[in-house]
Order: sequence, then C-alpha cells, then structure tokens
Amino acid sequence: MSLLQTAASDYRQPAATVAALRENAQALDRDRQRENGQLLRLSLPALAIVVILIVAPIGWLFSLSFVGADGGFSFENYTRIVTDGAYVSIFATTFQVAAVVTVLCLLLGYPVAYVLTILPDRFAQALMLAVLVPFWTSLLVRTYAWLVLLQRRGVVNDTLSMLGLIERPLPLVHNMAGVTIGMVHIMLPFLIMPLYASMKAIDGNLMRAAANLGSSPVHAFFRVFLPLSLPGLIAGAVMVFVMCLGFYITPALLGGGKVQMIAQRIEQSVSLFPTWGPAAALAVVLLVLTGGFLLLSWLIVRRFSRGE
Amino acid sequence: MTSAAPTALPGYISALSKYYGAFRAVDDVSFEIAAGEFLTLLGPSGSGKTTLLMMLAGFARPNAGSVRLGDREVIHLPPHKRDIGMVFQNYALFPHMSVGENIAYPLKLRSVGRAEREERVRRVLDLVQLSGYAERRITELSGGQRQRIALARAIVFEPRILLMDEPLSALDKQLRETMQIEIRRLHDRLGMTTISVTHDQREALTMSDRVAVFSRGRLAQVATPSDLYEKPANRFIADFIGESSFIPVRRTPEGLVYGDQLLRLADAGDGAQADPLLMLRPERLSIVRPGQVACDEKRNVFSGLAQSVVFQGESLLIEVRLDPGDVVLVRQSNRAGEAANRPGAGERVDLVLDRPDARIVSAEG
Repeated sequence: MSLLQTAASDYRQPAATVAALRENAQALDRDRQRENGQLLRLSLPALAIVVILIVAPIGWLFSLSFVGADGGFSFENYTRIVTDGAYVSIFATTFQVAAVVTVLCLLLGYPVAYVLTILPDRFAQALMLAVLVPFWTSLLVRTYAWLVLLQRRGVVNDTLSMLGLIERPLPLVHNMAGVTIGMVHIMLPFLIMPLYASMKAIDGNLMRAAANLGSSPVHAFFRVFLPLSLPGLIAGAVMVFVMCLGFYITPALLGGGKVQMIAQRIEQSVSLFPTWGPAAALAVVLLVLTGGFLLLSWLIVRRFSRGE
Repeated sequence: MTSAAPTALPGYISALSKYYGAFRAVDDVSFEIAAGEFLTLLGPSGSGKTTLLMMLAGFARPNAGSVRLGDREVIHLPPHKRDIGMVFQNYALFPHMSVGENIAYPLKLRSVGRAEREERVRRVLDLVQLSGYAERRITELSGGQRQRIALARAIVFEPRILLMDEPLSALDKQLRETMQIEIRRLHDRLGMTTISVTHDQREALTMSDRVAVFSRGRLAQVATPSDLYEKPANRFIADFIGESSFIPVRRTPEGLVYGDQLLRLADAGDGAQADPLLMLRPERLSIVRPGQVACDEKRNVFSGLAQSVVFQGESLLIEVRLDPGDVVLVRQSNRAGEAANRPGAGERVDLVLDRPDARIVSAEG
C-alpha cells in the first residue's frame, strides 16, 4: 500500500508506519554522515597545505633553534639573545619602528577611509583604485622607487632645493626617516581596507540621528562615528603592527644597514654562523613575541567589546 | 484634535520644492500644521513624502520654499540647530550605548544636570512602558521595544515638533496595530505637533488628525481621515484610501446616468467634473435577491451577475458583473443574518446603494 493511497483514502490514519519512520530516521542519519565526510574530504587539500607548509617548517625551525655550534642539543642560541645587548636593542628597534609606522598609518589612513565612505560610489571606486594599485605593485619596485625619490640627488631633494627651501640635501634615506616613509606607504592599504569595511557598515542614519538630537558634526563624529569604527581601526592597526615586526625588504633597502630590524638580523645570522641554530632561535623569539602581542590585543578587544 | 503642549509649535510649509535634475521629487507643496496636531503624509513609494520629511529635518536641501516653525524660518538651519525630534525608519539607536545613554543623549547636549537627566529618562521610559530598561543594551531589545526607545529618545527633550519616518514599517502586523493606538494615545497625552510619514493608509487613518495625500511629488489632498474617505478629491485618492470600484457615468439634462438608469446622488454639486465616475465602496453596497428592493428617490438598485464569492474571515468579498458590463466588488459582513442573501457564483443579484453613499469623483489624478 503506497503512502499516497493511504493519505487519499483516509486522512485520519497516520500516513507513515512506525517501521517506515524508523527507516527514514536511519536514512537521514546516513545522509548527515555522508555530508560530513564530503566536507572533510573537500577541506583535506587545504589542511594538507597548512600542515606541510606551515606547521611542519615551524616545528623544524623550532627544533633547529636548539642545535648548538657543535651540532648537539643546546640552549646557547637563546642565551646569546638574552645576554647580548645588541640583540635586545634590535628587538627594541623593531618594536619601535612598528609602533611609529602603525601610528602614522592611523593618522594618514583614517581620513582616507572616512572620505571613501562618504564619497558617492563613482568617486569612491576611483579613490579605492588609487589605494589598491600601489598595493598590487611589487614591493621591491615600490621600495626602489622610494630610493630614487628620496636619495641625495633624488626628486624630493632636487625639487626642494630648486624651490630654495633647503640649502643642503636632506638625509631622507639610509636612515630611520627612509625606513619609516617606505613602510608607511606599503602598510597603508592594510589599515585602510579593514577600516573602510567597518566604516561602511555604520548606518548613515546614526549620524543623522545624532545631528537631529543636537550634535554638531564634530561632536557626532567623536561620540558616534569614531566609537563605531573602532573595531576596524584596531583590526587594521594590529595587522600593520604585526606585519611591520617581520618586515625585511623595505627596512633593509631604505635603512642602508643603519636601521637594523630583526628580520635583517635573522638573514645575517644565516650567513654568519655555520649552523642555522642562531637564526632559528631569533625566528622563534620573533614568532613568540608576535603571538604574544596578538593574544594581548585580542584580550583587549574582547574586554573592550564586552564593555560596550 | 487634542490640546497642544505648551512647547508645541504650529508649522507652515510653503511652496517647498526639491528637484533631482529634471525630476521633481517634491513639487511646490504647501500646507499648515496646527500646534499639537497629528498630521500624516501618506503616499505610494516615490511620491515625495519622505523627501519632504528629510527637508523638514534638515537632511535634504530644498530648491525653493519656506519652512516656518512658530514665527521662525528654519530652512537655513543645520539639522542640529532645528530642535526637531525624529523617529527614524530603522530607529537609528546608537548600538554602542545603553538604552538610558541613548535617551539621555539629547539631554546631555542641552546641558541638563545629571539628576534631572536621570529623572527624565525614567519618566519617559515609564511613558513608553519600558520602565527599568535603562541599563539594557540596544541589541537585547526586540523590534517593538526599539521602536518605543526611538520614540522616547525623540520626545525626551521636548522638541518643538516631532517627525516620524515610517515609524511602524519594520514591525509585524499585530504589533503595528497595537503601536498605532499607543502612539496616538501618547500624542493625546503629550500634545506634540507631529508629522508622520507612511505608505500604510490604515495607519494614517488610525493615528492622524489630518492626512496629507501625496502623488508624484504633489500634494493631492489634505483632509481629516473621514473626509478623505467619504469625499475624496479624485479617483487616485479614492483608490488609495480604502477599497473602491468605479463605474463611468454620463451627464444628461436630467442628471447623471449609468447605463440607462438615472442616479440618485448624495450631492449634485459636481457639475464641473470632466469625466465623472461613480465611486462604489464595497462595504456600502448590499446584495439582495433580484426584484426584492425597488429603485426609488432614496436608493439606487443595480442588477448584475455574481461572479465569485471569496471567504475572508470577518467578511466575504463578492465580485459582481453589472448588466452594462462593469465589474464591482461588494463586501458582505459574515453574519448569519446576511447569509440568506448570499449568492452563489453565477446567480443573478441586485445591488442596493443608498443615496447618501452615492458619490461622484473625477477620473483626474
């Protein structure tokens, strides 16, 4: 007897028998399991890549950092980092540069992201392109471009002296100024994009409501817009800061050896020492410090958003 | 009309216009609102009612016109200097502030002291029946509660005029109807000059002292809800407010005629209309068996064929094709007494329209 016939002939009878319901339940269970299996198989390539290219090398690096100069197990790579003042000052420089670059990016990037959100779509797209095109250009090309612009007889110095604003060329490159300028330029999109996303999500009526209730535009900005854009601001700032910590090419080229950041030191260690141990130990310390910073900022954000 | 609050002001809107290129979003609109009056701007989407409200609040710049509150021209003032309360369509409550902070926001800006601020927040929360909600987060509130908080925030600083932009459109039907009554009750208590915008004609009729109907950027009619319903200025308004069928009538020396039948009308003072139509409200027609009621000075009787009968719960909607060919709708209340006259589809029926219910409108509009 088919279900249809049962339903049509007498609607007061339950359409399905107990046995049929049990069978259905089992079939639905099997479907669910099959689906889970498929999801697992689909994510397998990605999982494999993560394990092979990230987890395994980091583990290998970690083990290398405990290999001493004589090839045996040793803590000497770590003791050197802690006791040698040069290493401590390199770490200090690294964090200092990262902090300065992050603050400058915030000051420069916030207005850009804000303008992007209030411009009509057509202009916003054009401006967004102006942010993105440099972002898509090779890092190396942009760094060399800054070298050309900022050097002793570069475009910037030539223009300034032509205008009579300076008598001698300004030292703009192969120093902290050059490193900072280059890094800010390269990091800006990483700040602008999350900031723009979070600003775009702010309901325009909120600013109208603030005005309607009596807020001047400036008051409404500080009381309503800024607090609501804070999640994007923090996300962007953390991203910029963390990326700065491990930055190699730009500080190396624009710093001209005078500004030493930790990534450069790691590269030097590889060529300086017979084993990879010292470099590996530096990398591990950088990784742990970066991880610690991320954890800290996550805790702050969580505390902050719960307070809201 | 209710007694106006001492802070409430009358408003005068004159020749207000807003163009977007060649498109006239609001076209030469003028009306007045008395102190303490509840006026609703009603119209289909794109009729200019929201643009008008935005100009009143100061969020859109008009191309021409004047907006006066009391004896003060406000058209040049930025929004934050207008002292106008507004309930936004999506409420626009600040998500990073608590309910109490949201409501206290306009009070802080007006340098109201802490103790008085707290007292006024407490009072207004009582008023919207959300006592004890001051500490809640906005995200913890339901749609209806957000609506009340938005209202509380808009009235707590006793603005000179209150604007509401589709205040109930985000609520489900049942809650919407409760809130209509509640907002009206609140208005009666506070006596604030209020301008509300809606596309829901029932909401407009329920809440307002007067309704201003908009069509394609122009003001079509301003009238009390009952005048709007009983004496619509033209077909557009008759169609938009309530249900209606329209049948074309001819002008003859004896009077207005439908088919070959002389009509008995509520008022004959409609001589100037070009294309006269007889407006038939479905609930004003009653169905009788053929020949049961005779045509006389007091009523019109039309013969026709019942085409379909639709059960709608509290009433039945019956479609009748009149003998000259026009199809009209008749609403019959769902009572046992009426059931005797209920036709089946395909049966001949007579429709009775009492003289006071027979109104002519112009096709214009």
